[in-house]
Amino acid sequence: METGPILRAMTRNKLGVILISLQIAFTMTVVINAFFIINERSRLMARPSGLDEANTFFLTSIGFGENFNGAVTVADDLAMLRQLPGVVDVTVTNAIPVSGSGSNSGVRLVDDESAPAAYAAYYRVDEHAVETMDLDIIAGRNFTTQEIQWRKSGEAIATDQLIISRALASRMFPEREPSAVLGETLYISGLPPHQVIGIVEQLQGPWPTNNNLELSMLQPIHSFDGADTYLLRTAPGERDRLMVEVEEMLVASNGSRIIRNLMSLERTRAESYQVDSAMSTILWVVIVTLVFITCMGIVGLAVFGINRRRKQIGTRRALGATRMQILRHFMVENFLVSGLGVTLGAVLTIGFGIGLTSIFNMPVMAWYYTPLGMLALIVIGQVAVLGPSSGAARTEPAIATRSV
Amino acid sequence: MLLYYLRLSALSYRRNPILSSLMVLAVAIGIGAYMVIYTLNYVMGGNPIPHKSDTLFHVQMDIGNPSESFDPPSQLTYLDSKALMQDSRAIRQTMSSKFVSIIEPDNPELRPFRVAGRGASADFFPMFDVPFLYGNGWDNSVDESLQQVVVLSRELNEQLFGGQDSTGQSLLLEGTHFQVLGVIDNWNPVPKFYDVNNGPFDTGEEIYLPWNLIPSLELPRAGNTSCHKPVDGVGWQAFLNSECVWIQYWVELQSAEEEADYLNFINNYAAEQKQLGRFEKPINNKLFDVEEWMIELEVLPDETRILSALAVMLLAVCLLNTIGLLLSKFLSKSAEIGVRQALGAHKGSLFIQHVTEAGFIGLIGGILGTGVASLGLEGIKVLLGENLMQTDWIRLDFTLVAITILLAVTCTILAGLYPIWRACHVNPAIHLKTQ
Repeated sequence: METGPILRAMTRNKLGVILISLQIAFTMTVVINAFFIINERSRLMARPSGLDEANTFFLTSIGFGENFNGAVTVADDLAMLRQLPGVVDVTVTNAIPVSGSGSNSGVRLVDDESAPAAYAAYYRVDEHAVETMDLDIIAGRNFTTQEIQWRKSGEAIATDQLIISRALASRMFPEREPSAVLGETLYISGLPPHQVIGIVEQLQGPWPTNNNLELSMLQPIHSFDGADTYLLRTAPGERDRLMVEVEEMLVASNGSRIIRNLMSLERTRAESYQVDSAMSTILWVVIVTLVFITCMGIVGLAVFGINRRRKQIGTRRALGATRMQILRHFMVENFLVSGLGVTLGAVLTIGFGIGLTSIFNMPVMAWYYTPLGMLALIVIGQVAVLGPSSGAARTEPAIATRSV
Repeated sequence: MLLYYLRLSALSYRRNPILSSLMVLAVAIGIGAYMVIYTLNYVMGGNPIPHKSDTLFHVQMDIGNPSESFDPPSQLTYLDSKALMQDSRAIRQTMSSKFVSIIEPDNPELRPFRVAGRGASADFFPMFDVPFLYGNGWDNSVDESLQQVVVLSRELNEQLFGGQDSTGQSLLLEGTHFQVLGVIDNWNPVPKFYDVNNGPFDTGEEIYLPWNLIPSLELPRAGNTSCHKPVDGVGWQAFLNSECVWIQYWVELQSAEEEADYLNFINNYAAEQKQLGRFEKPINNKLFDVEEWMIELEVLPDETRILSALAVMLLAVCLLNTIGLLLSKFLSKSAEIGVRQALGAHKGSLFIQHVTEAGFIGLIGGILGTGVASLGLEGIKVLLGENLMQTDWIRLDFTLVAITILLAVTCTILAGLYPIWRACHVNPAIHLKTQ
């Protein structure tokens, strides 16, 4: 290997080396961190809510005027919807998982507001919620019809039973198996004590960015306050048809109400994670642009360097260097510059990653990102310089004898 | 002379079109991408009411559960808002909060529909410089008299009254009649500084009415509500007496003395309340002017802050690229430089010539960069969709276009300094010899 001459040649063109290696360093920093952010966002977006999202939709019925009777309307609606062919089940709820809007409450082990609390989302639903949301009861049982409190908004809550998510169970009782939490009493701010009667495998709260996303509970309360949200699960493939039919049916059945927020859970999820998916797309564009520009830079400077040394290349060829050796010269040169670049890039990448973790609360970047990035950038550099180098290798030895 | 240099630049561009276009492309992409993020930061982190942002103050009172370490709440309770409203030392003050309601239009062809509304006290309109298309807001006396009046947004007025002057008309909202007092012209401050709790980039409300009507008519409340203690009892009155925060409270104060005086006043109030058993945490009241409040509530999203850092690096890569390309270009015409020098050109005029040439490339790059930036901003609008936030502001205005071009020219000249220096120090003898 003729690394010595190559290195000496490089010191005669320090600026070129600095320019390319800095470009590679910055490109690597941006590309690796962008990949990391994209992966992180898709991991967040892929967390399951616990619901059968593909076959679930919801809508809100808002009553108005003197003639509107909330309790009767809700009861009639539910009875009608549950009989519809294609509908698996329906429940009324105060909030929709993943939708970004809902309520939470402090949950404690003792009846004392100054005791530490876990903040869990609550869903006020009837006994059909477990089937509608497609929840897995891993311990205990569902609510019974008799346990549901029909409650007009503003009336006191008189329930005393709860179904909680597995995550909430292990937050409250970290040492215990879910089944051992059954029968325990939990204190929700401002409510009478509640007993845990069931535990479900998974049910996310409404706020995707919340640290306590997995902490949730079901309360057996059937609220009606003039604006009631129905959550419906359909048989596979029936959702889109039923979304149209159910809306028409509800509008036709009662003139004193309007229907709002008709939306599938899939769309709700897409909207809740819109910023994340937009961010991922933007980062992809940045990655592609940056790699393109860096390749242009490498090619541009390589062509410049080769043209400047055209005569020297001819001389080497005349002295017996093979095409392969010339090609190797420029490939090795690029490898050395890239090596410098990715070493600097590794430092910057890790520094930027630490910034993401400390300022933006992102998790720590896995160790393999940086070495993989270094490898990728070196490969990209080699590919970019292959064209100009093989051009250089085709230089005729005769050029050395020609005067310019 | 400048014209001559510009002509030389154009000639030089034509002689080496691929290299020159590569430079223009690098500048355009780097500057364009940077300006996309700059625009997002410029507006999202900007000052929505610059002429009076330092006289408007958001009132924050640190009530909360002393055993939890939450940040102070970003809104006030009904009890505290009402107490502050009794005092008149501030020039203007307003309590406001959101509600939703059903409007039943007179026109039988229009179905009833739901609107997002805001209850506010009279000073809301003059304080925030709300522009009126027709009519005006209500007097301070109306705040107490519970007169049923409303102010409509321009869009709602279009929808209900076909865009005509509807002042004096009547409107059926939540089952009761209201009189239209005024119609607001287009008004959508970004960020929505007067209520950043409920989506800092949300669209403004469609209808406004005197705040006191919300509890007296029991209108359905909307917006963020947070209670550090359970509500004691049921119904509206119990809720009003609770420790729940749900009201945004702003005061207008003209000077530092007035600000100190007001802070003193709310601290005394908090001390009194402490005696009564409220305000269990140490007293920690604050006044934030508009810009401080945007920072306190971290209105600027993490995403744009991360992207800013990435965009700076992308710009750096593009400029490093430009340095290399300019160097190639200038050195490839060493012979020409040698001739000019031999004919008596000063180093100074060579310098100006090449600064002009770099600037020329920067200018074309900048013009192309505004295109890249507009395209990028349109793309972001598409990515964000229509429902997430108002996106009308995501575009380049005159200032931003000017900044883009200026930045492109400056950056290219800066990137060109070393290549220019090298070009000015060409040894003419060598190049004349090889001619």
